[in-house]
Amino acid sequence: MLNREAEQMSHVIETHKLTKAFNSFRAVDALDITVEHREIFGLLGPNGAGKTTTISMLCTILRPTFGSAKVNGFDIVKEAHKVRKSIGIVFQDPSIDDRLTGRENLYMHANLYGVPASEQKERIAEILKLIELEDRADDLLRTYSGGMRRRLELGRGLIHYPKVLFLDEPTLGLDPQTRDHIWKYIRELKEAQDITVVLTTHYMDEADKLSDRIAIMDHGKIIVLDTPPSLKETLEGDVVMVKAANVEVLSELVGKWLGLEKKRVVDGVLEITVRNGKAVMPRIMELASQNNVYVESLLLREPNLEDVFLHYTGRTIREDSTRELYGMSAAQRRAIR
Amino acid sequence: MMTELRGLYTLWLREIKRFVRDRTRLISSFFQPLLWLVIFGVGFGARFTLPGLSYQQYLFPGIVGQTLLFTSLFMGISVIWDREFGFMKEILVSPVSRFSIFLGKMFGDSTDALMQGTIVFAFGLLLGIPVDPLTFFASLPIMLLITFGLVSLGLTIASFMGSLESFGAVQTFVNLPLFFLSGALFPLSGSGIPDWLRIASMFNPLTYGVDALRSVILGAAWVPLQPLYVNLAVVCVFDAVMIGVGTWAFTRMK
Ligand SMILES: Nc1ncnc2c1ncn2[C@@H]1O[C@H](COP(=O)(O)OP(=O)(O)O)[C@@H](O)[C@H]1O
Ligand SMILES: [Mg+2]
Repeated sequence: MLNREAEQMSHVIETHKLTKAFNSFRAVDALDITVEHREIFGLLGPNGAGKTTTISMLCTILRPTFGSAKVNGFDIVKEAHKVRKSIGIVFQDPSIDDRLTGRENLYMHANLYGVPASEQKERIAEILKLIELEDRADDLLRTYSGGMRRRLELGRGLIHYPKVLFLDEPTLGLDPQTRDHIWKYIRELKEAQDITVVLTTHYMDEADKLSDRIAIMDHGKIIVLDTPPSLKETLEGDVVMVKAANVEVLSELVGKWLGLEKKRVVDGVLEITVRNGKAVMPRIMELASQNNVYVESLLLREPNLEDVFLHYTGRTIREDSTRELYGMSAAQRRAIR
Repeated sequence: MMTELRGLYTLWLREIKRFVRDRTRLISSFFQPLLWLVIFGVGFGARFTLPGLSYQQYLFPGIVGQTLLFTSLFMGISVIWDREFGFMKEILVSPVSRFSIFLGKMFGDSTDALMQGTIVFAFGLLLGIPVDPLTFFASLPIMLLITFGLVSLGLTIASFMGSLESFGAVQTFVNLPLFFLSGALFPLSGSGIPDWLRIASMFNPLTYGVDALRSVILGAAWVPLQPLYVNLAVVCVFDAVMIGVGTWAFTRMK
C-alpha cells in the first residue's frame, strides 16, 4: 500500500478516467495518462480532439464530468487552489493586457501568484533575459510582434516557479522562423529549470522535435502513447514515395496487385508504408510500366509522425482544419502578422 | 491573506493605469457634464428658480451624481473587454479568490469614476459655482460611496453579457431611469410632482446619493429630503448588497 502511494506521488500528473462531456458529447473520454517529472509531454491531435479541454481540466478551469486527476499530488477538484499555485499556463488564445508594458504584465502576474515583493524585481529581470525581451520590456504590449507576445506569455507563465508548465498550442498562427525561436526557448527551459512541460499541438514537427513522449489524441481518446522514435518504429518499415503522372491510378493498382493498403497521396506524391521498401520498389516500377503509368521518381524514407497518425487513425491531420482564433484575439493576431 | 491583498492591489493599479492612458476616454468624459451644466443649466435655469439658489447651483451636485452614475456603469465594459482580449482568463485562473478579483476591479473602476467626478468639480469652479476646498474634500467620500454600488452594478451586468452591443443596450436601459428618477435635474419635493414619480425615486439609490451631495455642497441653502446619515446609510446598504451580488456574478464566471 505504501509503495503504491509512493509510486503515485512520483507522477507529476496522473489522470483516472478523466472525462468531460458537453451535454451528451464527450470532448474528453476516460483519459488515463501519467506524466513524469521533468519530461516534455506532447498531446498531439487534430482540431477538436479534446486537447484544450484536457488542459482546462488539469488547470482547474473546467470541472471534470467524471473521473479524477492529480497535478503535483493535488486533486484538481478538491485542491484546485493548490493546483493553481503550482502550475503555469500559456493559453491557446492570447491573454495579455496590451495596454500595459511587458514589465507591467509580468509584475501583475507576480502579484497575482503571490511572489514575495522582495524577489519580484530580480525574478522578472531573470525572465526577461530568458525570453530576450529586456530591451523592449518597457514598451506597451500593443507594439510587440506576435512572436514577442507569445514569448512574453511563456515567460509570464514561469515567474512563480511553477512545477508544471502547460503550453496550449504554443506556436499556433506564428510564422516558421518565430516557431523555431519558441521551440528553442522551450528546450532551454527544460535544460535550465526543474520543470515538467505539457504541450498540446496539432503540428507534427512540433510534437516530434520537442516531446519526450507523445500521446496521440483523437475524438477525446488517447490512441497511442510512446516516445517519438518508438512510435515510428511501431510502423516497422519504410515509406516509399512515388511521384507519377497519375498517382490515383497507381494507388489503386498497388492496392489491387501488391496488396499495399497503408498509403496516401500528399501533393501529388503517393506515399506507401511498407515493411521492406527496397524489395517493394522494383515491383512498383514493374507494375507501373505494365500499366503505362509514367513514374517520375521513386524515393525511400523513414516513417514520420504523420505516417504514425495515419496508421492509427486512418486519417491525416489536415492543416486546413486549423481552428481559427476567436473574435478579437483573431483580429489582434492577424493584425500583428 | 497577503497574497489576496497584493492581488487586489495589482488589479486596482491596472484599472487606473489603463484609464489614465486612455486619452480619448478622458477627453470625451469632460464633454457631457459640461454640456449639461452650461447649456441645460443656463437654458432651463432661465425659467426655474428655487429660494436662495440659482438653477445652476442646484443642478451642479446632480451632474456630479450623473457623471458618477454614467461612468460607473460604463466601467463594466472592462469585463467584456478583458474577456474579448483573453486577459480575463489570466486573472480567473490565478490563485487569487474571486472576491479579491471583484474588489480589485471594483475599487480600480471606482477610483476612475471618482477622477471623473473631480473633473466636474473643476468645471463647477469655472462656472462660478461656489465650492471651497472643504466642501470638495467632504464630497469625496460620498462620491466614492456612490461609485462602489454603481460600479458593482455595471460589473455584474457586464459579467452576464456576451458582447459589447448587448452591454451597451442594457446599460442605457438602466442609466436613464436611474438618472431621471434621482432628483438630479428637478426637485422631487417640488409641488406638482406626482406620487408615482416620488415613490419610484425612493427606490433609486442615486436619489439618496445626490441628496447627500447637495447637503454637503449647498449647505444651509438646501433642505434635504432625508438627513445626511439616512442618505449615507441607504447608499452603504446598496453598496454592500451590490458587492455581494457582484462577487457572486464573478464566482460563476468561466
Ligand atoms: N464549452 C464547450 N461547449 C461545447 N462544446 C465544446 C466546448 N468546448 C469545446 N467543445 C467541443 O469539444 C471538442 C474538443 O474541443 P477542444 O478541447 O477545444 O479541442 P482541441 O483543443 O483538441 O482542438 C470540440 O468538438 C469542441 O467543439
Ligand atoms: Mg485547442
